[in-house]
Amino acid sequence: MPDLDPAVDYVQLLTPEGERVEHPDYSFDGDDEAIRGLYRDMVLTRRLDVEATALQRHGELGLWAQLLGQEAAQIGAGRALRRQDFVFPTYREHGVAWCRGVDPLQLLGLFRGVDQGSWDPTEHNFHLYTIVIGSQMLHATGYAMGVQRDGAVGTGDPDRDTAVVAHFGDGASSQGDVNEAFVFAASYQAPVVFFCQNNQWAISEPTTRQSVIPIYRRADGFGFPGIRVDGNDVLATYAVMQTALQRARDGGGPTLVEAYTYRMGAHTTTDDPTRYRHSDEVEHWKLKDPIARVESYLRRGAGTDQSFFDQVAAEAEELGVHLREGCKALPEPVVTDLFDKVFTETPAELEAQRSEYADYLASFEEVGA
Amino acid sequence: MTAPSQDFRLPDVGEGLVEAELVSWQVAVGDTVQVNDIVCEIETAKSVVELPSPYAGIVEALLVEVGTTVEVGTPIIRIGSGAHPSEFVPNAAAAPSAEAAAAAEAAGDSPGTLVGYGPREASTQRRARRTGSARPGQHAAPTGPVLAKPPVRLAAREAGVDLRDVTPTGHRGEVTREDLAAPAAAPAPAAPAAPAARSFDVPPVQYTGRVTREPIKGVRKMMGQAMSASAFTVPHVTIWTTVDVTATTRLVARLKLDPAYAGVRVSPLLVLSRAVTELLRTHPLLNAVWDEAAQEVVLRHYVNLGIAAATPRGLVVPNIKDADLMTPPDLGRAINRLTDVARDGRTQPAEQQGGTFTITNIGPFGMEGGTPIINPGESAILAFGTVQKRPWVVSADGEDRLAVRDVCTLSLSFDHRHVDGASGSAFLAAVAGSLVDPSGLFS
Repeated sequence: MPDLDPAVDYVQLLTPEGERVEHPDYSFDGDDEAIRGLYRDMVLTRRLDVEATALQRHGELGLWAQLLGQEAAQIGAGRALRRQDFVFPTYREHGVAWCRGVDPLQLLGLFRGVDQGSWDPTEHNFHLYTIVIGSQMLHATGYAMGVQRDGAVGTGDPDRDTAVVAHFGDGASSQGDVNEAFVFAASYQAPVVFFCQNNQWAISEPTTRQSVIPIYRRADGFGFPGIRVDGNDVLATYAVMQTALQRARDGGGPTLVEAYTYRMGAHTTTDDPTRYRHSDEVEHWKLKDPIARVESYLRRGAGTDQSFFDQVAAEAEELGVHLREGCKALPEPVVTDLFDKVFTETPAELEAQRSEYADYLASFEEVGA
Repeated sequence: MTAPSQDFRLPDVGEGLVEAELVSWQVAVGDTVQVNDIVCEIETAKSVVELPSPYAGIVEALLVEVGTTVEVGTPIIRIGSGAHPSEFVPNAAAAPSAEAAAAAEAAGDSPGTLVGYGPREASTQRRARRTGSARPGQHAAPTGPVLAKPPVRLAAREAGVDLRDVTPTGHRGEVTREDLAAPAAAPAPAAPAAPAARSFDVPPVQYTGRVTREPIKGVRKMMGQAMSASAFTVPHVTIWTTVDVTATTRLVARLKLDPAYAGVRVSPLLVLSRAVTELLRTHPLLNAVWDEAAQEVVLRHYVNLGIAAATPRGLVVPNIKDADLMTPPDLGRAINRLTDVARDGRTQPAEQQGGTFTITNIGPFGMEGGTPIINPGESAILAFGTVQKRPWVVSADGEDRLAVRDVCTLSLSFDHRHVDGASGSAFLAAVAGSLVDPSGLFS
């Protein structure tokens, strides 16, 4: 059983009961209106997740990686970004994608298998989902070293200085790529924030078996700061990420942020967590729900009207319909796209293959209706 | 809602699963459901999952019975306006329709596209244009390369056959080796569509040339389920010992002449059965069963002795009830009757239930020993090896000498959850001792 209450050594600004608390180093600089915005983000992200899970069960998606329970970690990290910052996600960063303005339908396209990820990474400064565990950490570090070489670090221009976020999980922390990325980032003081959502379970392997010390303390050995934050606290996650990102933009080098959270659902729709973890652990974490505590604060601490909550609920319903109907209407993949998205300038040999393959496809006829 | 009725087809909920068992229905005919209301629970090879409804409306029919395993793509529930509620309508064919299968096959999708076949307005499917009308000299597929595997291409080149002149009959429109032999002018064989299925047809064995597919059913299905259930839940340990059973074969010869055994086929198996039923009294763990659900070991004060029997239809394990209460001649008659009935294929299910210990006689196959799998519900199984004449060291009067003796191997598999090596060994040693000196067994 993992340590469920490491309250002594993580940053928390909003308790599970919805009470705001002080921290000597970190504070949330937004007002209640900003907190309402974060609440809306989290509710809509959860709805997106629930709807996609249902669509998988309807047979409309091949797979879905649930984020249930990790909304605060993702929205906190996503909303602390500036426009020019660049994000390298895993396959579970639906909340961060939301913050970066990616239409959730484009996420569904990937999991429906009709494309390989259809959003333009340069338009959203949000890279395509990476399925291979941990490899995006090297991509992110390399990109951050490129940012340095472009001179977009430490200029003091708030619209130019750029930070990079590399997302990963507790399971990936055991990967070679992740540790190599740490080495390079430290050596070159790359402007990258390594954001680990420790959701306690690497599929069926508990974090306690992945690391004998808390993950954030691994940063010590590589030579950059590590910090642990209550990943179910959106205010704390936002504040900690804001500081780490600014440090990177200012040329201060990398930071490892461990967001201590919990995967309430399965690893993916293919997984059955009841086979390897106890329900009392899940019940324990339900009490720390990231959305409930913000709602509790907004109702009691900030005196927010019921109409606000009704409106967000209505938006979530709309999003559900958008996803259900949009998913089924996603266009079938065009096989010849395979030829079009590899080279900037397609070689003649590939053009010939493309044309031959198109002819082959044309030799089929429609049947039935 | 006035929309027409819609069928929810069993989705692939786990990356490439092909079937699932319906565990329970959460709704009944006539219930109103909203989108994403849970309608049923299914169990796949990977997990138990709840299925949410993709439709809102009234449940008009449940198309699959609880406990049934159906293939992905099979309609499981019908939801509509409720205008035509029907009684329970089990799916006649618990599989995709023949037309759908044929279309999928023709489209080269096998096993079908598993994602996104849900509510779609008009499903269009594509298949290769028929090439059957191709005449000799007319290339079947002028628009693309001819499909054929490299060995077939080599065979064609060696035979001087132009692949483009051959009518392909392969699964995906490729030229097969058989096609090369067929006269080019022969009428094209029917397209590889599924045979027209009639409801009264027995599902045919599918011949694909190089393999023959036999359905798993009946005795074979039972054997498969029992053996895999046992092998993968019970930690088996097998031990064996080889002993001199000359005294047993002499006893068998003597009993055959005994009037009390008139009409009994006396064999070493009878001696072994007698030894086992006697010794299980003093080795109760070997006659027990591990009850996982109750977390108890159930010791049984009776012996229902199972004898594994090879039959034309497969393995059956009938047992002799209360074998420990029988006199040796009665036990002999019971073994005769049991094996005769089994070989005739008339063993009743009840005769196979309730066994407490099993002997599998592998001697008739010429085998010496093995690692038998425990019959479910029991703790141990004893394999009786073939009795052979062998050189054997015999000790008499403090002297060792070689002699020709009747020797056999006894192999015992036991459930190591509650029977440890010492207990199993003690039992096997006692059984072996009884065969070395069976004088006490039939007194």
